[in-house]
Amino acid sequence: MATLRLTVNGKTRNVRVDDANVPLLYVLRDDLGLRGPRFGCGLSQCGACTVHVNGESVRSCVYPSSSAVGKKVVTLEGLGTPAHPHPLQQAFIEEQAAQCGYCINGMIMEAAALLSHKKNPTDAEIKAALADNLCRCGTHLRIVRAVKRAAGAKT
Amino acid sequence: MNNSLSRRSLLKSGGALVVSFALAPRLAKGAAKKEAAATQKTVAPDQVDGFLAIDSKGKVTVFSGKVDLGTGIRTAMAQIAAEELSVPLSDVTVIQGDTALTPDQGVTFGSLSIQNGGMQIRQAAATARQALIAQAATKLSADKESLTVAQGRIVPKAGGKGVSYGQLIGGKQFDLKLDPKAPTKDPKDFTIVGKPIRRLDIPGKVTGTFEYMHDFRIAGMQHARVVHPAGIKAELQSVDDAGCREIPGYRGLVRKANFLAVVARDEWSAIKAARAIKTAWSDWAGLPDQASLWDAVRSTKVVSTEELQKAGDVAKAPPGAKTLKATYDFAIHTHGSIGPSCAVAEMKDGKLTVWSASQQTHLLRKQIATMLSLKPEDVRCVYLEGAGCYGRNGHEDAAADAALIAVETKKPVRVQWMRQDEHGWDPKGPPTLLDMQGSLDESGNIVTWDAVLFAPNKPKDVSVKLLTGELAELAHEDSHPGNVHQDLAIPYQIANIRTTVHWLSETPFRPSWIRTPGRLQNTFANESFIDELAAAASVDPFEYRLRYLKDPRGIELLERLRKLSNWTPRAKREAQDGDVAHGRGMSYIRYELVRTYVGVVAEVEVEKKSGKIRARKIYVAHDCGQIINPDGLRNQIEGNMVQTTSRTLLEEVKFDRSKVTSVDWASYPILRHPDVPEVVIDLVERPAEKPWGAGEPSAAVVPSAIANAVFDATGKRMRSVPFTPEKFLAAT
Ligand code: FES
Ligand code: FES
Repeated sequence: MATLRLTVNGKTRNVRVDDANVPLLYVLRDDLGLRGPRFGCGLSQCGACTVHVNGESVRSCVYPSSSAVGKKVVTLEGLGTPAHPHPLQQAFIEEQAAQCGYCINGMIMEAAALLSHKKNPTDAEIKAALADNLCRCGTHLRIVRAVKRAAGAKT
Repeated sequence: MNNSLSRRSLLKSGGALVVSFALAPRLAKGAAKKEAAATQKTVAPDQVDGFLAIDSKGKVTVFSGKVDLGTGIRTAMAQIAAEELSVPLSDVTVIQGDTALTPDQGVTFGSLSIQNGGMQIRQAAATARQALIAQAATKLSADKESLTVAQGRIVPKAGGKGVSYGQLIGGKQFDLKLDPKAPTKDPKDFTIVGKPIRRLDIPGKVTGTFEYMHDFRIAGMQHARVVHPAGIKAELQSVDDAGCREIPGYRGLVRKANFLAVVARDEWSAIKAARAIKTAWSDWAGLPDQASLWDAVRSTKVVSTEELQKAGDVAKAPPGAKTLKATYDFAIHTHGSIGPSCAVAEMKDGKLTVWSASQQTHLLRKQIATMLSLKPEDVRCVYLEGAGCYGRNGHEDAAADAALIAVETKKPVRVQWMRQDEHGWDPKGPPTLLDMQGSLDESGNIVTWDAVLFAPNKPKDVSVKLLTGELAELAHEDSHPGNVHQDLAIPYQIANIRTTVHWLSETPFRPSWIRTPGRLQNTFANESFIDELAAAASVDPFEYRLRYLKDPRGIELLERLRKLSNWTPRAKREAQDGDVAHGRGMSYIRYELVRTYVGVVAEVEVEKKSGKIRARKIYVAHDCGQIINPDGLRNQIEGNMVQTTSRTLLEEVKFDRSKVTSVDWASYPILRHPDVPEVVIDLVERPAEKPWGAGEPSAAVVPSAIANAVFDATGKRMRSVPFTPEKFLAAT
């Protein structure tokens, strides 16, 4: 047993785990009860599990929890709420950019990381940034529109 | 939550039907109360109470057997009910796919949710509205005709306070047979149906508050992972879990014949145990060699041959007629849900409850009851939305896994399939082969059309066998591939037509329906082949189809498509210089020949040297009759264009002689953002018509439109899905 001190969405929590290298995804979902990060592949191939660690997007399904100690973890819930959505979340609502929505956590988290260092990305830049985030429903067109809208560069 | 307690408090409330749980939006928390209510609520599809309840505040609960698979059906059903009852949309809650609460409206497939399921709900609401107006007339001592309904209140047209639905029926049952003839609202008066209402689920989904199946937890729940065999029909010879026992959270294994699962206190322990367990399986290598799959399909035993469409005599090609022949094949596809299947099951006091993202909870209940030799009444299946499934994927199998493990361990359990389980073990869209033959007279007119489809045979029942039952050697049924013969028949009037299906005795993998089953493959062949005939006749593809299309709605659709895409006639293709060739191709379908009309024009770009094909833009004209939610419809159509482009250009299940080998996203790639085509849509609005399905039809026309565009660009015919660079380079 080990205790990990994690700061998630601004709150610091102690989590007891058998294995300090348990992927962060399971700690967030099962120990902290968060629903934003999703299990999609566990192989770093799809992006459904994306969270931010110190402002960078990471794939929590392969990110050891121990590596998150002392860093700031932010999940989809940490961006905004239904009552006070983050501009990206608001844009996804306005563009109705979801079908099943299972991939959307990853799309928003990856896009948020993009927009934090690139204010007005082009369509091509958005698509390139999201190229490793998979969507099976084919919501891509709306996702790109939503990111553009959030960037204030809606065409 | 304590079930018996909530049941008692419910009884204390007078024993009347109280669907107060419906006001608790969180399904999981409401579950216990729902169970209590379930003992009283009818699920009969011929009863208004089967579909609707109105509480004392006038809040409406809709009980829908059809479920939202990420398609927006929840919102559409709410729109239909709110419209018909004249209540604000915000007063409507939709409960979906709970065998104890919702009528069996059939599997959520075949683009039938609105067309059939939604219309049952509309009719239930119309019946309820009539009954409420009659009650109000009595209460207000007024003529029914002098009353009007708005915002859930029935008021005299002349003015006055009137009476609310809540006052009239609040919390009581209607006790009323659904009247299939109850008058429905005139579409001219619609204020909610036909509007691009925002989907109810999206805010929760983009903020992490929505509860997916994968988020559902119950007290005392253990976590399991299934250890699937080394070969499809390999037998489990030995198991050694010594390595697992070093994992503190490991709780044990469940083994039954060839079914094996590890159970743990937490997810990570279960995953580690599934990796640590040592197993020995018998050698099994009964799959065909993938390199000669199509020979294997062609030489599979034919169980029966069925003629689907016949006109004139295809032997009647006149002397001098030009005959064309072509064979088309369509690879095995996986559903590829982004979230692998997941389920939770609990056995308590002899009653089994299974939470699943199944598209068919009523059918699942029967299948699980059969598998475990339980009475169907003792099994309850509750729908919770999962990742999109696009057909019958692994959800039901994971549900059966959970049911078996819960029964064996006597503890609630959550089963989460891993990526390799979903890619490797979900049932597959079967390999499909089509032989086409046609002949043209001297003026290029089609004289004969002869199509032969090779498809896996259909058992009597439309269900897919539970993998769990097969592995554990428990009772299970056969697998049905879906109605894959549909749309082999063509919408064109030609003098001599014969379309035939050879039903085959077997297919390599457990078959199931995956979006647009059969219609996709058949339309690929039909609409590619008519394009080949048009080219042989040197006639523009639009003009050529219009020669044989007599249906005015179909003709109108094609004209709108021609305009939308700004089509320029192309009776003859022009050779193109340069490394990248550009082309346009079109395709048309009337779904199952009786419903939705769709036509598309695809624009492609082909890198001649590498053979890479890109779909750049797709124009869609779509007529599904009355539209419930135009934005929801566009979302579905866009999804179909993108997903089917992916299937057409990239997708193919890979296998060796024992099992699927494409078990992740690297070995089974799908379309990514940079390669997604732009989509331009023209929706034909026909509010006065019946609403038809839209979840599948527009997918059907994509592969042929792309193939025809590749021909237009390069003169090469792509007759084998997926259109890989290797196949392009090898094509002539
Ligand atoms: S779940 Fe982490 S990348 Fe797929
Ligand atoms: S919306 Fe379903 S996977 Fe993207």
